[in-house]
Amino acid sequence: MLQGWVIVLTSFAYLGLLFAIAYYADQRADAGRSVIASPYIYSLSLGVYATAWTFYGSVGRAAADGVGFLPIYIGPTLMIALWWVVMRKIIRISKRNRITSLADFIASRYGKSALLGGLVTVIAVVGIIPYISLQLKAVSSSFTILLQYPQVIAPAKLGAMPILQDTALGVALILAAFTIAFGTRHLDAAEHHEGMVAAIAFESLVKLLAFLSVGAFVTYGIYDGFGDVFRRAAEVPKLRAMMAPLEGVAGGYASWMWLTILSMMAIMFLPRQFQIAVIENVDEKHLNKAIWLFPLYMIAINVFVLPIAFGGLLHFPSGSVDADTFVLTLPMVERHELLALLVFIGGLSAATGMVIVETIALSTMVCNDLLMPILLRLPWLKLTQRRDLTGLLLGIRRGAIVLILLLGYVYFRLAGEAYALVSIGLISFAAVAQFAPAVLGGIFWKGATRRGALFGLLAGFCVWSYTLLLPAFARSGWLPIGLLEHGPFGIGLLNPQQLFGLDRLDHITHAMIWSMIANIGAYVIGSLSGTQSADEHRQASLFVDVFRQGGGGREARFWRGTASVPDLYRVLARFLGSAAAEAAINAHTRSKGLRYPDEALQADAEFVHHVEMQLAGAIGAASARVMVASVVKEEALTIEEVREILDEASQVVEYSHRLEQKSRELEAATAELRVANERLTELDRLKDDFISTVTHELRTPLTSIRAFSEMLLDDPEIELAQRKKFLGIITKETERLSRLINQVLDLAKIESGAAEWQESGIDMRELIADTVAGMSQLFKEKNILLEVDLPERVPAVTADFDRIVQVVLNLLSNAMKFCDQGHGRVRIGLSAQKTDLQVAVCDNGAGIAAADQVAIFDKFRQGGDTLTDKPQGSGLGLHISRHIVRHFGGRIWVESRHGEGACFYFTLPLAAAPAAEPQ
Amino acid sequence: MTVSALVPGGTHVTKRILIADDEPNIVTALEFLLQRNGYEVLLARDGETTLQQVELHRPDLVLLDVMMSVKSGYEVCQRMRERAEWQHIKIIMLSAKGREAEVNKGLSLGADLYVTKPFSTKELVAKIDELLGSAAKAGGA
Repeated sequence: MLQGWVIVLTSFAYLGLLFAIAYYADQRADAGRSVIASPYIYSLSLGVYATAWTFYGSVGRAAADGVGFLPIYIGPTLMIALWWVVMRKIIRISKRNRITSLADFIASRYGKSALLGGLVTVIAVVGIIPYISLQLKAVSSSFTILLQYPQVIAPAKLGAMPILQDTALGVALILAAFTIAFGTRHLDAAEHHEGMVAAIAFESLVKLLAFLSVGAFVTYGIYDGFGDVFRRAAEVPKLRAMMAPLEGVAGGYASWMWLTILSMMAIMFLPRQFQIAVIENVDEKHLNKAIWLFPLYMIAINVFVLPIAFGGLLHFPSGSVDADTFVLTLPMVERHELLALLVFIGGLSAATGMVIVETIALSTMVCNDLLMPILLRLPWLKLTQRRDLTGLLLGIRRGAIVLILLLGYVYFRLAGEAYALVSIGLISFAAVAQFAPAVLGGIFWKGATRRGALFGLLAGFCVWSYTLLLPAFARSGWLPIGLLEHGPFGIGLLNPQQLFGLDRLDHITHAMIWSMIANIGAYVIGSLSGTQSADEHRQASLFVDVFRQGGGGREARFWRGTASVPDLYRVLARFLGSAAAEAAINAHTRSKGLRYPDEALQADAEFVHHVEMQLAGAIGAASARVMVASVVKEEALTIEEVREILDEASQVVEYSHRLEQKSRELEAATAELRVANERLTELDRLKDDFISTVTHELRTPLTSIRAFSEMLLDDPEIELAQRKKFLGIITKETERLSRLINQVLDLAKIESGAAEWQESGIDMRELIADTVAGMSQLFKEKNILLEVDLPERVPAVTADFDRIVQVVLNLLSNAMKFCDQGHGRVRIGLSAQKTDLQVAVCDNGAGIAAADQVAIFDKFRQGGDTLTDKPQGSGLGLHISRHIVRHFGGRIWVESRHGEGACFYFTLPLAAAPAAEPQ
Repeated sequence: MTVSALVPGGTHVTKRILIADDEPNIVTALEFLLQRNGYEVLLARDGETTLQQVELHRPDLVLLDVMMSVKSGYEVCQRMRERAEWQHIKIIMLSAKGREAEVNKGLSLGADLYVTKPFSTKELVAKIDELLGSAAKAGGA
């Protein structure tokens, strides 16, 4: 029933359907209505991670190790949780720099180094070829098995086939043709292969559907559900042992951990994963949904792995059937030919999806990062002078695709038979894991250098080759097997699978430990031991700080030189074709409101940068650099200049920061000025008031003097007694006038700070006694009782003797003025306090209202009530007294209750030297 | 020396002047001056007393010092001009403050004259005579 032609026809029909989908998607893309601009399509296309290896090999691994197959799927699930941090950054960087591949990414990060790009390409190609061979092996052996239907015969038993009849070769060639048709339709590798992505998403659905179908068939068709399968398996001792999580895995915990880490790296750095996740990404927001959709896909495609494995082991207890083929052979022995055919198609879809994307990614790398930089540098090829290189570029890519698939086939013939599917795949995983330090370090560590990346990759790749590739060849018989048993030249320490005596690990874990130590060690040491060139410094900053950069144009500032527009156009046309070149230049010039060709169009830094980015999208950053450099006269920037440009942004921020601060300071200064101005206005008003008050105080005695003088002059008939009285008044008012003028001058002197203070040690007892003695006659005349209360001895104070006398005099004459008119009593007292001397002058007058008790010390303020005689005084005495007391560090105040007299107090601090004795 | 007498009908023979000032020496001078010129003189030392004296004795003219306690000269002037029966009383404001604003304030409150200190006694007496009419002079001579 399942004749060869049915299988082949179905296969071609399936491939035809894929092509139709791809064609439709490309048509839609050209029409501007993309079908892949959806997070669901993006997530499904990430399912390219599940290859024929997953499809067939998971069951094989589960049949050998039980749950040991899981780390390969746990890793991606864990890693994708970190994608919002890591992958979003990589995507942003790649879009901004028009990155075409993983090799381009690494080369671009480390100063657009062609050498590094080439190395990454070599590692990727060498590392991925076993993986591709694995796909060929899966397709060809599943085809061979299906061909035997209804018998189940392992392909190995059929013996080696001559090359021409080998289905694997046919598969390789067909896939090469298909990939060329898919992947090299456009030249610009940085642009999206929309058709391919749509086809890959479709393939992800097909393989999932096929695997779920066979899983459901085994679990519910052959057995009676999950419980039944596991119960029956548990009855077999060998199978029961595999159900314990870690029993079945060689190396135990270490192996689980390393396999998980390995697959975490694989989901990022397998060239096909980088292609789908980064290059083909149309919107970084799609990551949001992929972060949970992709793990869901991983769970769905793994849920039936164990039932199928156990079912197969129960069904073929003899071991006559390779566990890698259980998915296919179980439906066959149950005579479900349609299901078997679906499984074959599912496996085919898993294999083709992987091969198509992987070879497109690798061919881009081989062309852009390996061959072009070399070809462009070979002067005798005169490539830089050719008018149109588009044909050459496409030719190289197509050739690379064929070459890679043929190399896969060669590896399959040479080494493929020696390992199970899973082991072959893990060798590839270990190879791409070597990119992890250079990429992850490159996007988070500005100090990482080209030297470090180069050393790290070389070291890791060498260890990988020695510990994984070499043993693979040895096991296949291409190298003496003794190498694995006794080490090279019999040196056990150098045994490739037990390096330096590290045994008891499976060979993948062993290789990962050593290669990562070598890789990371060389990367870090290499980076720390050298300095960055200007190019590296610039690129490092562009990559690490990608989220901190604003719009475009920043990169352009790193270029300085002269170039001509026609030259640049010719370069662009050479690689993109003239139509695309013109379109690219027009897009740029339109944004500047110009048209090409236009004389006003300058080949400025921005234009050159634009051309380089267009070229990079086609031939990679390193080659684009070479091409642009060939037509422009460039002045190399020094590392200091690059630093300067990088710092400029932060300087602008700093500058605006400082401007803001300045403006704040100005505002503050304005506010201060306003306050000062208000204060000045206030002072001016006070000065006016003062002058007005002084004038008033001067005019009052003048009025009396003038009035009496005039009257005396005009009226000769005034009696003698009257005359005497009037002249007395005149004399008194003149004295008042002089006193007032003296006090005003005195105050002005004190307030301006021009007063001279004669400081000396003063015995206050003596001072008060002297002053009282001088005034006693006055008190007697006015019939006022003056009590003096002085202690025996007081410590000295330091002050100006005459000034303090002035204060005491002022207080005493005030008391004299305000005391009770009939029975006047004034008391002056002195007392020593802890830190100062206190003088009190009390009267028995009307007292001072509480409201006035502070105000009376101000200028020209006198105690209110003057129903009786207006007391004589300038209104300056207390004010001057307060100035004097404060000058010597003392205090002056009044205590009074209305109607009960007033007590004026002032203090003077004791002299610092306690030894000072009164004289 | 001046004798005040009431004639039937309530008008004075001798014109009566109230001196409102809190500066004793100025009061002494003005009192002597006005009595020598034949006027009857009343005294007040603050604003409140001034209003009381006006109420009691109905002077013909008040010499009003601006800077007085309890009630200022301005306030007294304002109060007096609020009373209809006191409208005929002449008010001369005396002040040591001679700024234009102060002069204007006094005049606008209803003072007949604003004289700044120190003043000429002759001029002051002439102004008072003018305001009260020559009759007073004749009566007092």
